[in-house]
Amino acid sequence: MKAISRTASTTAPSAEEAGARSFARTTRLLMAPAVIFLLIWMLVPLAMTIYYSFQQYNLIMPMYNGFAGLTNFTILLSDPTFWKSLANTLIIVGASLVITVCLGLALALLFNRTFVGRGVARTLAVAPFFVMPVVTGLIWKNMLFHPVYGLFAWVARQLGLEPIDWLAHYPMLSVIIMITWEWTPFALLVLLTGLQSLPEDQIEAAKLDGASAWQEFRHIVIPHLGQVLYVVVMLESIFFLTSFAEIYTTTGGGPGTATTNLPYYIFQTVFQQNDIGIASAAAIGAVILANIFAIMLIRFIAGNLNAGAAR
Amino acid sequence: MNSNRFANGALGVLAWGVALLIFFPILWLLLTSFKTEQQAFTVVPNFFFSPTLESFKMALAQGSGYWHYAWNSALTAVASTVIGLALAVPAAYAMAFYPNKRTDFLLVWMVSTKFIPAVGVLIPIYLVYSAVGLLDNALGLTLLFTAMNLPIIVWMVYSYFRDIPKDIVEAADIDGASIMQTLFKVVLPLALPGLASTGLLALILAWNESFWSITMTDHSAATLAVYIASFKSAEGLFWAKMSAASVLAIAPIIVLGWFTQRQMVRGLTFGAVK
Repeated sequence: MKAISRTASTTAPSAEEAGARSFARTTRLLMAPAVIFLLIWMLVPLAMTIYYSFQQYNLIMPMYNGFAGLTNFTILLSDPTFWKSLANTLIIVGASLVITVCLGLALALLFNRTFVGRGVARTLAVAPFFVMPVVTGLIWKNMLFHPVYGLFAWVARQLGLEPIDWLAHYPMLSVIIMITWEWTPFALLVLLTGLQSLPEDQIEAAKLDGASAWQEFRHIVIPHLGQVLYVVVMLESIFFLTSFAEIYTTTGGGPGTATTNLPYYIFQTVFQQNDIGIASAAAIGAVILANIFAIMLIRFIAGNLNAGAAR
Repeated sequence: MNSNRFANGALGVLAWGVALLIFFPILWLLLTSFKTEQQAFTVVPNFFFSPTLESFKMALAQGSGYWHYAWNSALTAVASTVIGLALAVPAAYAMAFYPNKRTDFLLVWMVSTKFIPAVGVLIPIYLVYSAVGLLDNALGLTLLFTAMNLPIIVWMVYSYFRDIPKDIVEAADIDGASIMQTLFKVVLPLALPGLASTGLLALILAWNESFWSITMTDHSAATLAVYIASFKSAEGLFWAKMSAASVLAIAPIIVLGWFTQRQMVRGLTFGAVK
């Protein structure tokens, strides 16, 4: 192996290529553990989920097993809770995306300026992103949203208003508020990193040409941030599609099905109704939904990879 | 010029105001953790009070189980990070320095597994785990955390390896070093800071994870996320204790997070933003 590599890299003009070929077996051995691990923990279960979605399989009724054809899917599609959970999922993703990206962008522009104590202020502003989602849920549910003992209720009373029972009357809004509190810092962090890579001379040139602040923003900042915004939107979509802890600790999907999203619906179908077949069919739906965003994002990452290689 | 300075000052004040507003829920949690249960659960909030460590003592007392959950969190986070790095380093090394035609595909494929939603694989994993006794088991949870973070770890280690000039590795090859010698003697020392921040990111993500911990564990392998989630039905009874337990669970991660902000961005955006 050593001898081959030495001759390959000293004599052949395409030394790198020849070297790579001779190393093929060793490199395959180096990659195998990671690839096999992901196959076992991700792809095999995914295939099994597809298999289960065509099986009649309920944990508490083991006698009724067997191939179910499309029955699970027809039951699922005629279940209003499924449609409700799908709609809720999309509402959470859509609203949280708009709010986190707009707020995150505004805050990134604000924190990109120089002011006293900027580092500390920025550090405080990104902190929620590092808070365990379970803790986020409990802080908001108990100490802020609570209609009697919560801080919001106290503020409302101070202003002479009737306290609002947030989780009972505005459950979806409450969930979205919690998610945006956690994820606006992420958008801020990423967009700020993007802004800081904006070349100073471009801004200077625009200023010299007499561009207004808006023109500068519209024609220099936004195009520069284009890629970054794209990545933020795609990544957040994938994470918002799988929101769970914030709902689990606060509304429990309710009242009724008001905040039941797709992951929570699947969670309930497995652990409360023990219906593996229907839950699997719903899980396939969740995978398809995630794939719509993931494919675009993966294409982008792959494109970046080639650009990086060409450099 | 004067009005400009005024505007700058006002925007600075605004930025600080927003930062404090965003941080406030965490501050409020922190304040509550230093109250007694009576002070924490009041209609008129106590902004000024004599701080006490009573709730922390309660939260950490024997019988609260805090150390059991904290140990599980630490064990699963550290073990999944170590296993993740052990799997990722050889793979990333091969892909970064000895690429072939399939390297790009493999790398993108690995990254893409990150985007399979957890519910998509939940059911089979739950059934298989319960059949082989990995349910409510620290090893079972560790391996799930590993699978969850492996795509990010591979990607980050790969990108740090790519930053190492190829000439150095080629020189080592020419000097007759074997592939493994080059890895341990040349590449790893150079990539050590990158590996450290990758590990830190994996640690944070595993520590904060809640979906798998809630669905796959019950008590013996339950993490802090599961323990804290169990307060969800404690209607006002243990707010101070819950706050103390929460503060202990999130404080180390927030501090680590502040130090790893850049790596976090780099890792979670898969290198699109550095």
